Amino acid sequence: MATRSGSPWTGLGAVFVKELADHLGSARMLILEWLVLLTGIGAVYTAIQDLKTTTQQDPFLFLRLFTHAHQPLPSFIAVLGFLIPLVAIGLGFDAINSEFNRRTLSRVLAQPIYRDALLLGKFLAGLATLAIGLVALWLLIMGLGLVMLGVPPSGEEMLRGLAFLAVAIAYGGLWLAVALFCSVLFRSAATSALAALGLWLLVSVLWPIIVRFIAQAIYPTSPAELLLGLPNLGRLEFQQALSRISPNTLFGEALLGILHPGTRALGPVFLEQLQGALMGAPLPLAQSLLLVWPQVTGLVAGAIFLFVGAYVGFQRQEVRA
Amino acid sequence: MATGETVIEARRLQKRYGTVAAVDGIDLTVRRGEIFGLLGPNGAGKTTTILMLLGLTEVSAGELQVHGLDPRRDPLAVKRRVAYLPDSVGFYDTLSARENLRYMARLAGLPRAEIDKRIDESLGRVGLAGAKELKTAAFSRGMKQRLGLAEVLLKGADIAILDEPTSGLDPQATFELLDIIRDMKRDGIAVLLSSHLLDRVQAVCDRVALFHQGRIVLQGTVAELAQQVLGGGFSIEVATAGPVPAAALAALPGVQQVVERGTDRALVIADRDLRAGLARAVLAAGGALLQLVAIEPSLDVIYRRYFEGDHGYA
Repeated sequence: MATRSGSPWTGLGAVFVKELADHLGSARMLILEWLVLLTGIGAVYTAIQDLKTTTQQDPFLFLRLFTHAHQPLPSFIAVLGFLIPLVAIGLGFDAINSEFNRRTLSRVLAQPIYRDALLLGKFLAGLATLAIGLVALWLLIMGLGLVMLGVPPSGEEMLRGLAFLAVAIAYGGLWLAVALFCSVLFRSAATSALAALGLWLLVSVLWPIIVRFIAQAIYPTSPAELLLGLPNLGRLEFQQALSRISPNTLFGEALLGILHPGTRALGPVFLEQLQGALMGAPLPLAQSLLLVWPQVTGLVAGAIFLFVGAYVGFQRQEVRA
Repeated sequence: MATGETVIEARRLQKRYGTVAAVDGIDLTVRRGEIFGLLGPNGAGKTTTILMLLGLTEVSAGELQVHGLDPRRDPLAVKRRVAYLPDSVGFYDTLSARENLRYMARLAGLPRAEIDKRIDESLGRVGLAGAKELKTAAFSRGMKQRLGLAEVLLKGADIAILDEPTSGLDPQATFELLDIIRDMKRDGIAVLLSSHLLDRVQAVCDRVALFHQGRIVLQGTVAELAQQVLGGGFSIEVATAGPVPAAALAALPGVQQVVERGTDRALVIADRDLRAGLARAVLAAGGALLQLVAIEPSLDVIYRRYFEGDHGYA
């Protein structure tokens, strides 16, 4: 094969700026922003009402803003776990196929740029849009907490809050890569959106149920288990490993470690491991980060893996519609 | 200016999709300052050839040089010097004409300080100066095509490749578009254009290549092709008041073929200008001559005649 000359980054800036401007000005983005804002603020606001009356002595009061659920409303992180994929898919599902359908792709690629710049520019613009939205929302909630609780957050709370923000952006990046992949795979924007949303439903709703069935089939209930009422450890571990294929699980576990400083393990724990442990005592930040490091790595790796898939698919595509 | 240095050269160029050859070993030479037409029906391999020239699709086999560069190896350098107007061009509907062009100019890496001035200039040349702030969603087919040409001019390239620039346009718009293309030639730009409408582009092309099923079956100036296919080709249309004495005309020395068109009209193909002889023959056969017109060899006729022969028209 002949090696190509010239930099794959040529034109990346132009694509990024154009796509970012498109995203920020689009009606679609406006709808998604309002959706996130209203549900997010709603969840936090009701959480604040509870926090004011109950846990005045909590050392991690600000983190409770994110995690406290006021029935029947879900907690803020539960809302985000649901809405981030929706926003990311909304931003990316027609990234490439719309260029085909508008017949602009051949014009763009006839300019002296490689396809790399177009795909990466679109991904980065989507990620930047998502990040801008999440940072704004995060600041809003911190402000709301300051005003309504009247207590400033501690340094560790800020750091844990920032770590939460970073994980949320990584999670968004993964779903953006899913959407981008679908937009390369499917020529019709509707099909692409449907496929991405279908995958999202599968991993967030159906996957936990399916995992339980699979684990049950592979590790059937033994008589000893029935008699002693002990769970089968092999099955539990297998079930957890399988459920971690879903980015939702990874996101949930990562946030559990970061926002609940008392979390010491994300899998099954034996009694002897708890010997000498101060139950409920918070872990230092570094230990919490260490605990969720594999989850975060998994999210980033998933995003890169899917982006590579989209890249290979896009490189092999014929330009003519 | 008609014959300058060679800017595009293809030898035994081939593109296969699986076992099907979309382009099957074509030879092509385009020189600076000429308008070269790639002509042929849809699916004959014109667009595939163009995409290979731009490095937008893989070349299966053969040699290809654009400005002495290989589009497979130096796609960016090639694309910097070649401007392209794709078949049924599209724009970003939510952006104005000027914004659409500005995006392309940025991608093309034009100097920032010059971009706005050059956009105004090129929009003026294609007659869209008044519509530059309009969203392209509101553009008609003809306006989009002209905006596409403005983009080609904007790039300041010395090769312009136009894929079906006149398709879907009304006669007036076609006429204006061909005028702009002639202007480009005057500026010393090599223009390579493709079309399935042979007669439309015959007027502007210096040389043409006729495509058929992935091969170039004929290449040269229109006059050369006529010579080659019509055998020195002189077509004369004869119209009479009564039935045409076809047999008498065919018997005339120099006449190669008589194609009857209805009872009172015939197309005579001869190896030289036989108008005087034909007039005499009609009168001698007792006919009343109404009209005798020597027809300029048209590409349509050349193309059809070529495939009427033993080449088989699929």
